[in-house]
Amino acid sequence: MKFIKDFKILKNTAVSGDTFILELQLKEKLPQMFPGQFAEVLISKSKKTFLRRPFSIHDVNTSKNTISLFVKKVGEGTTALSKYKTGEKVNLIFPLGKGFNLTKNKKVLLIGGGCGIAPLLYLAKCLNENKNDIHILLGGRSKEDILETEKFKKSGKVYISTENGSLCEKGLVTQNPVLKNKFDKIYSCGPMPMLKEVAKIAKQKNTECEVSLENTMACGIGVCLCCVVETTKGNQCVCTEGTVFNIKDLIWQI
Amino acid sequence: MADLKVKIKNLLFKNPVLTASGTFGYGEEFEDFIALNKLGGFITKGTTLKSREGNAYPRMHETASGMLNAVGLQNKGIDYFIKTTYPKIKKLDTNIIVNVSGSTIEDYVAVAEKLNTLEKIPAIELNISCPNVKQGGMAFGTSCKSAAEVTRAIRKAYKKVLIVKLSPNVTDITEIARAAEAEGADAVSLINTLLGMAINAETRKPVLSTVTGGLSGPCIKPVALRMVWQTYKAVKIPIIGLGGIMNATDAIEFFLAGATAIQIGTANFIDPQTAVKVVKGINDYLKKHKINSVKEITGKI
Repeated sequence: MKFIKDFKILKNTAVSGDTFILELQLKEKLPQMFPGQFAEVLISKSKKTFLRRPFSIHDVNTSKNTISLFVKKVGEGTTALSKYKTGEKVNLIFPLGKGFNLTKNKKVLLIGGGCGIAPLLYLAKCLNENKNDIHILLGGRSKEDILETEKFKKSGKVYISTENGSLCEKGLVTQNPVLKNKFDKIYSCGPMPMLKEVAKIAKQKNTECEVSLENTMACGIGVCLCCVVETTKGNQCVCTEGTVFNIKDLIWQI
Repeated sequence: MADLKVKIKNLLFKNPVLTASGTFGYGEEFEDFIALNKLGGFITKGTTLKSREGNAYPRMHETASGMLNAVGLQNKGIDYFIKTTYPKIKKLDTNIIVNVSGSTIEDYVAVAEKLNTLEKIPAIELNISCPNVKQGGMAFGTSCKSAAEVTRAIRKAYKKVLIVKLSPNVTDITEIARAAEAEGADAVSLINTLLGMAINAETRKPVLSTVTGGLSGPCIKPVALRMVWQTYKAVKIPIIGLGGIMNATDAIEFFLAGATAIQIGTANFIDPQTAVKVVKGINDYLKKHKINSVKEITGKI
């Protein structure tokens, strides 16, 4: 079941210069939400932002009845959203998409590139509840791009790569030594070149791998058919059949 | 409650608010948000004889007050619709209209013939205006001769209500409307999307995989209103108006320009409850202005 509801902003916290977390509270009880699902947010204060914007569900707090969205300022819409204040309302269509398939009692690696960490925090929490051995690899251009590390540490062991070497391993996230280890499953979200490299590594090691895609979309509910990705079953909507795909279902040249 | 009922030929609509093809799936996608029975009707995604994969990604680009799309009629084909989708939606108490698309006249006719047999499909919308396919589509809707040919063939094959959806990408839309009317169309719907384009200045490449795409949303409303008004003066059959309708006021403007009914399109992406809000808003407008029936305002400017 999907819903269209107004949420009240409980907190809007700057995480770095260009990222922020919106903590949104619903009056009625939140429906069950799975990691990897997303919400379509109406940014009504930005008149130039015509369509809703999709954001991963970053975290869920059932006792406070809140969800969090981790957002990077990239254009007028997200910049306007960063200025919303506590007490203001935003309209969401949620929860959308199919989430990650959660393993139990397995050794898993989560790989997040840049703001690709957005869906991974709630994923790490849920995987933790399922008693998995969790390893989390975060990557970015520099140390300023490595965010939320302390929160991730609550769910698993954290590894870090920065392209300029300003924090931990120098190099691309996909060059981090932790990838030499054997995992039962890899979960990843981030820029497309990174995801393809992750998929390549997983394929070589014969490791199951799920990736969350960020294709441009309009509706979020599978009717505009704009966000498609090529799969073994033909073009599928990322918004309804994803955003999470098992790499074996994607037709990627890797 | 004002009288919201409208008729196209012998087909009664409980209200004049429909949803536009390609923005509403096959209805069921909206069941979490609205009661579909509250709509005058809905028009399905463009459906072709054989399944189609559509165009490559990227297919969409947001523009000022609108969006471009280049989906290219991705659909599972008419047989899938009949076997899988129709049984799920046929019990709905609203008019389900199938948008029929094709690359050849034979394809259009084959789809229309199959739809003749479906009891709960009282009408089809003949799509001769899709700008995003290489063959057929808009090619049929941009000359009087081909529009007439395809309408004539479908009129022969299809017994129920025939709506022809017109392209705005023509010099004079009234000529195409007249051609469709002369060949037996029961109504025309207008406008489909306007052909447009987006370029990324940084990459110096077109944004859409197909380079051009169809522009929709409030940015096209003035063009749509103008074409409805022109067509209203040119034909006697009813007009279903669409193009950037976001709320009841927009809908009222289309009635005043000459529309008998309207379709909500791109607005469904932003607020999936738009159509039911528009039904209520039309009723409020009529009550406020002490007008008994929505039919009374068609063409009254």
